[in-house]
Amino acid sequence: MEVSLLPRRQAIYRPWRKAALIAAALATVCVIAGAFSLGARTDLASARVSTPSRLAVRQGFAPLAQHSAFSRNMVEKATGKCQAPIFPGRMSVSAVAPELLSPPTKPDFSEPRFMWQALREAIDEEMERDPSVMIMGEDVGHYGGSYKVTTDLYKKFGDLRILDTPICENGFTGMAIGAAMTGLRPIVEGMNMGFLLLAFNQISNNCGMLHYTSGGQYKVPVVIRGPGGVGRQLGAEHSQRLESYFQAIPGVQLVAVSTPRNAKALLKAAIRSDNPIVFFEHVLLYNLKDEVGGPDEVQSLEHAEMVREGKDITILTYGRMRYTVMEAVKTLQAKGYDPEVIDLISLKPFDLHAIKKSIEKTHKAIIVEECMLTGGIGASLSSEIHERFFDLLDHQVVRLSSQDVPTAFALELEAATIVQPEQVIQAVEKVVGAK
Amino acid sequence: MLFHRLVQTAVRRGIGVPTYRTFCSQLSQFDSAQQLQKAKASKPKDVLSPRQENDRPSTTYDFTTHLEIVDPTKDPVIPAYRVMDTNGTLLRGSERDLLLDEKSIVKMYHTMGEVAALDHILMQAQRHGRVSFHMQNAGEEALQVGSAAALEPQDHIFSQYRELGVFLWRGFDMQQVAHQCLSNAEDLGKGKQMPMHFGCGKLNMYTISSPLTTQLPQAAGCAYALKRRNTDACVMCYFGDGAASEGDFHAAMNFASTLDCPVIFFCRNNGWAISTPVSEQYRGDGILSRAKGYGMKGLRVDGNDMFAVHEATREARKYAVNQSRPVLIEAMSYRRGHHSTSDDSTTYRLSEELDWWAHNDCPAKRVRLHLEKRDVWDSEMEAEMRTMHKKKVLKCLGTAEKTLKPNISELFTDVYAEMPERLKRQQNDLEEHLKKYGTEYNLSKYQS
Repeated sequence: MEVSLLPRRQAIYRPWRKAALIAAALATVCVIAGAFSLGARTDLASARVSTPSRLAVRQGFAPLAQHSAFSRNMVEKATGKCQAPIFPGRMSVSAVAPELLSPPTKPDFSEPRFMWQALREAIDEEMERDPSVMIMGEDVGHYGGSYKVTTDLYKKFGDLRILDTPICENGFTGMAIGAAMTGLRPIVEGMNMGFLLLAFNQISNNCGMLHYTSGGQYKVPVVIRGPGGVGRQLGAEHSQRLESYFQAIPGVQLVAVSTPRNAKALLKAAIRSDNPIVFFEHVLLYNLKDEVGGPDEVQSLEHAEMVREGKDITILTYGRMRYTVMEAVKTLQAKGYDPEVIDLISLKPFDLHAIKKSIEKTHKAIIVEECMLTGGIGASLSSEIHERFFDLLDHQVVRLSSQDVPTAFALELEAATIVQPEQVIQAVEKVVGAK
Repeated sequence: MLFHRLVQTAVRRGIGVPTYRTFCSQLSQFDSAQQLQKAKASKPKDVLSPRQENDRPSTTYDFTTHLEIVDPTKDPVIPAYRVMDTNGTLLRGSERDLLLDEKSIVKMYHTMGEVAALDHILMQAQRHGRVSFHMQNAGEEALQVGSAAALEPQDHIFSQYRELGVFLWRGFDMQQVAHQCLSNAEDLGKGKQMPMHFGCGKLNMYTISSPLTTQLPQAAGCAYALKRRNTDACVMCYFGDGAASEGDFHAAMNFASTLDCPVIFFCRNNGWAISTPVSEQYRGDGILSRAKGYGMKGLRVDGNDMFAVHEATREARKYAVNQSRPVLIEAMSYRRGHHSTSDDSTTYRLSEELDWWAHNDCPAKRVRLHLEKRDVWDSEMEAEMRTMHKKKVLKCLGTAEKTLKPNISELFTDVYAEMPERLKRQQNDLEEHLKKYGTEYNLSKYQS
């Protein structure tokens, strides 16, 4: 895993001690992932979601006015009827009474896969399903992608649909936009999200704007995906959180994945969406192993995911920080706290419906994110929560973010830059009080 | 002797001396083996090991014991292709060689007249406050109409913002131009883009985006999409001399060349980028000399000669479609107007310069003189045409001014494929606000 994390251009020699440290960290992450997925299944089982509505939950979401027609269609196709707003991973809430539920059956794709394999499957299935889908980027073809996401896809789809490009992010992002306006559905793979800063002009001025300025004549159904976030000693330039910078662009949607299951389902939904989607993966999560859904399982791009139900406090997080939070939750549980953990998934727009439901229950919220304190996703989310749900809150929203510094290379400094489980525990104890 | 050397250098560089035959053969044949042989024949004596037979000359090279620094300033400046002189006389060949009948030429001249009329009146209208912004096309009518007339309806076009003639020729009529410039409800863009930034899906003309050169990589992407569909369409991409300095130019040229995209990169070299003259914009031999660096064919043409531009575009299109390769056309012209209504070019250029171009090399005048020489046109018809165009523009402008602006709620549409909840909320908030305070705003101008 470590070798594939490094950009191909660098050749860094790792001392054995560091390798052992990294292997230990990786093992911890896998253990967390394993624990989490077990926990998730337990939660689902205890929620007693029936097979049809669980499939429906996975396949599409509520036809409320605020949800997209795409979601509406998926629900109708899946269940043959309109459903009230439902929350992924749990039974329906709000006005509709819960259905009688039976224990879940095994999903189709029961063998656990790495996240990079899950993403690869998503791309593979969508490219088979729709010949206008293609993927372009640096080293995506014969090399198979820097994170193996496009391994061997060129053998199946050819060099034109799995397109290797010269090194110019603004160039190939612009190219993808032009191709999208001409009827294709391109996926742009950035080798690292940080490189997409070079594509900012095309993403902001054209990707986000052309549907608007053309009066709806031209649509831009691109998916711009790549690994971002703080990795393991990748240096400041390769540890960026671009969701901070992209969130203000009108016209784009931002999605952050965290598990192999939601990665596959969300990527499929993103490819099928007519909007431009910036799709954030995380460098450290590619080797996470878990079950995934089948070829028809898509997940709503606008809904959050319930990770753990609780009643003491709402913890809002996304991406890799989900695992940091779940590690803290272990200790918190032991101490007697019962936090509710929600994975935001949709960074733009926020799923305020789900957040409201949770805060109505807990009356307290903290945000755990990897963005920096200034101008991050948490900053926007915090202000929205305060503005809308002020009367529901017993305590101000506490925001745990990375330090406002470039990410240092030294391991200890890097660790001190981002949020650690101890900080989450401390914040929860402060907000909820002693137990 | 000197001429022989000149030809030898030109041939070695792969660019033909501009006779009609060699010009066509240079473009239409993807025959670098022939060029390779010629290069071999003219190799200096001190070259060592033989070159490998390879159809990609950029990857092979010989070794030499002679230390020679390649100096581009020693290369001859690439000449511009011209068919008709500034007095409308054909320089070689006959009228049949133009491959345009009289009717077409008159129609093209009419379109040039429309451009001039729209330009003049919209410019005045802006100064009078009837239109908020305008960008003139004066001086570039020939390259716009000439190139547009050589394309097919199935070709896709990306523009910068100074291609009014292209839009008019394709079928984007004067009334639509007026509606777009007044940002009213009949505008296809629903009043969301600046005046003169047209876009029309039906005509395969992509909405113009203000930042320079962003359309170039998009054109390469569009060409890639068309290539996959296996059509006989190509992409035409217009941009200026200043835009060619942007990074996206390099990206697009490189991508189009490495990925074999059928796109015509059409550079309108009009001498000025706002106040930056071309002498400050680049050091090399114009934009065309750069094509060589990307392994791309190209040509330079007299942009004020409508027939030359037409022929060049026709040949380039044939090449791009048949060989699925990009080609660069550099059309040399002159920007007779200001950059836009926000610019006053008298502050950085002399009126003598403007006068020189107006009198000595006016694209519309050249076509008119040619038509008069053929006894197809006279001053009466000219006056009639001008009056007709002026009337039509004024009428269109008047109609557009009477048309209401789009409904205020349209502010929130088309941001996404479907309007998300938070935008609906903002839309509702605005509507509530207007219900209460609507009288403070001039809502009568907007559709309700």
